[in-house]
Amino acid sequence: MIRFQVASSKLFYNQPNKLYVLDVSSFEKDSAHCMQLALFIIFAALAIAGALNLLLQKHPINSALSLVVVMMSLAVLYWSLGAEFLAAAQVIVYSGAIMVLFVFTIMLLNAGEEEHTTGSRAAYLAGIPGAIAVFCLLSFVFLSESKTLGSAHLGGLLDNGLSNIAEISQVLFTRLLLPFEVTSILILVAILGAVVLARKEEEQ
Amino acid sequence: MSHLTDFQTFFLLSVLKIVVVLLITLTAVAYTVLLERKIIGRMQNRWGPSRTGPFGLLQPLADGIKLFLKEDLTPLLVERPLFLAAPMIALACALISISVVPFGALTTFHGVDLFEIANLNVGLLVILGVTSIGVYGIALSGWSSNNKYALLGSLRASSQMVSYELALGLSLVGVVLRAGSLNLRTIVNSQTAHGLWSWNVLGGFQIVGFMVYLISAYAETNRSPFDLPEAESELTAGYHTEYSSMKFAMFFMAEYANMITVSCVATLLFFGGASSPFGHLLPAIGGAFVAAILPIFWFVAKVFFFLFLFIWVRSTLPRFRYDQLMGFGWKFLLPVAMANIVVTSLVMALRG
Amino acid sequence: MSTEVPIAAYLILAAILFSIGVGAFLIKRNVISIFMSIELMLNAVNLTFVAFAHRWHAVPGQIFVFFVMVVAAAEAAVGLAIIIAIFRTRKTLNVDQINLMHN
Repeated sequence: MIRFQVASSKLFYNQPNKLYVLDVSSFEKDSAHCMQLALFIIFAALAIAGALNLLLQKHPINSALSLVVVMMSLAVLYWSLGAEFLAAAQVIVYSGAIMVLFVFTIMLLNAGEEEHTTGSRAAYLAGIPGAIAVFCLLSFVFLSESKTLGSAHLGGLLDNGLSNIAEISQVLFTRLLLPFEVTSILILVAILGAVVLARKEEEQ
Repeated sequence: MSHLTDFQTFFLLSVLKIVVVLLITLTAVAYTVLLERKIIGRMQNRWGPSRTGPFGLLQPLADGIKLFLKEDLTPLLVERPLFLAAPMIALACALISISVVPFGALTTFHGVDLFEIANLNVGLLVILGVTSIGVYGIALSGWSSNNKYALLGSLRASSQMVSYELALGLSLVGVVLRAGSLNLRTIVNSQTAHGLWSWNVLGGFQIVGFMVYLISAYAETNRSPFDLPEAESELTAGYHTEYSSMKFAMFFMAEYANMITVSCVATLLFFGGASSPFGHLLPAIGGAFVAAILPIFWFVAKVFFFLFLFIWVRSTLPRFRYDQLMGFGWKFLLPVAMANIVVTSLVMALRG
Repeated sequence: MSTEVPIAAYLILAAILFSIGVGAFLIKRNVISIFMSIELMLNAVNLTFVAFAHRWHAVPGQIFVFFVMVVAAAEAAVGLAIIIAIFRTRKTLNVDQINLMHN
């Protein structure tokens, strides 16, 4: 019994090393694929779990926090698709600013658990089949086009020697300069609108 | 290491790096507390802790034991899951951002960078992102405690952090423009040419950006003179009023770990990171080992200087009022940071 | 190779998130939760943009996501201000009780 084990372990020690030495590049490529697959499985599962939790939780603050989980895992997926700047922007803008604003509002208004009313039964009847129909339609289209879409590879867009941020900013500040400036005006209008709306009205 | 594959070497060294950096950071946190008590004591003409061990050096250990052994109280009407999660979020976010900090010169061993846990090309954005997630720890702790003082403290703290994050982020843009990269190592390397003179704070003429960064970093870590969230005279202890024992210790450690991170970022972006202030004037002494250790010495010295500055400011300046704090952030620091960006980019465009 | 992740997997993940968002939008009764499910749908669409940008090596896809984020930030600011204004007059956040034009 013991002798057999030793022999077999020797066999195992010798073989993979040889294989590995012969074929380094394919090993590296393979590990990158494995990493992407692992990232996708973990964070896709996390995103779906977060989204379902958003749907099922009664209290808005729990929903808000599960949405934060969804956004963080999407940021990791963006990174694995080669969009590093967007991954960082997703964390800073979405989870760090927008969702903090949501949590802040929930804390300020001291919103409690939602109660069910007569309207919610009709919403269940319309909501669940509607959502399933949307999902079936979208996934049918994506699966039927799956061949032409191909597969993802880690690193993504960085094949012309530029960093992702340099690429984005080149397009953003040359071809799309006008939309960019328009969004800044949009933000300004939104700030003013928010101030006007949320301000306490003076006593007449 | 010949019998290990590349992946195994990478994995083992990474785990080792993480463990070592974590241990060093936590020790540094403990001793920063002691340093603060000692220095503030001296500045207020008293001794500070001096009984535990020689010069009070075992005081952090005693504090740790005290906090561990204290009864862990959980008030009756708290939101239990969030109440437990909040200190963990705060501490985790404070510790994660140290992972992209390069604290030595580039030294590779079997293809693994020894003095940096993860060398990312968006390292600076990662630090900013993780810092912005840290707000949740504070916001949730106040809300889940079911206590008015805690809620007010956490509202103050989170609005202060969200507001000053803007000025903080914009003050760094000048440095990023000069280096042309968000990779922290590249930013450090852009400042190593002529020693002291090529640091961003001096030769890079980023002194304005540096001042804005420093002020908003004090607000971001909720340190004096911006420590209104913990204003004892108005809010008992702010957002961690209801926390005791280890949960309180986690908030406490998070505050000091944030201080260390902020000092590291200031060192990396404005003071040349691990590079020597003398540039190449100093002859290279010793072998490869000294060449690897000396940059770490410079880095630690610079971080220590910033920690000392934190403590010095705390014992010198009185606390701001809340409206003054908000006005200062939005009406003064933000426009100054923007002006710094405009001037820096103009000068860079005109010169080349 | 079998370990490669097809782009379609990312798109189907986006479809799942989008339809959960649709479902939450219809089922939820709290205005803030409804608003959050809109954010979830926007995020799902962003994921498809990034996946397609990756597939076609096209940066404008990522810039679209950037614009969506900006618009979402503006929307959140105005929307939450409206929610605060509604709460101030109606003292409730339940959409079924905010069905009158004039109180």
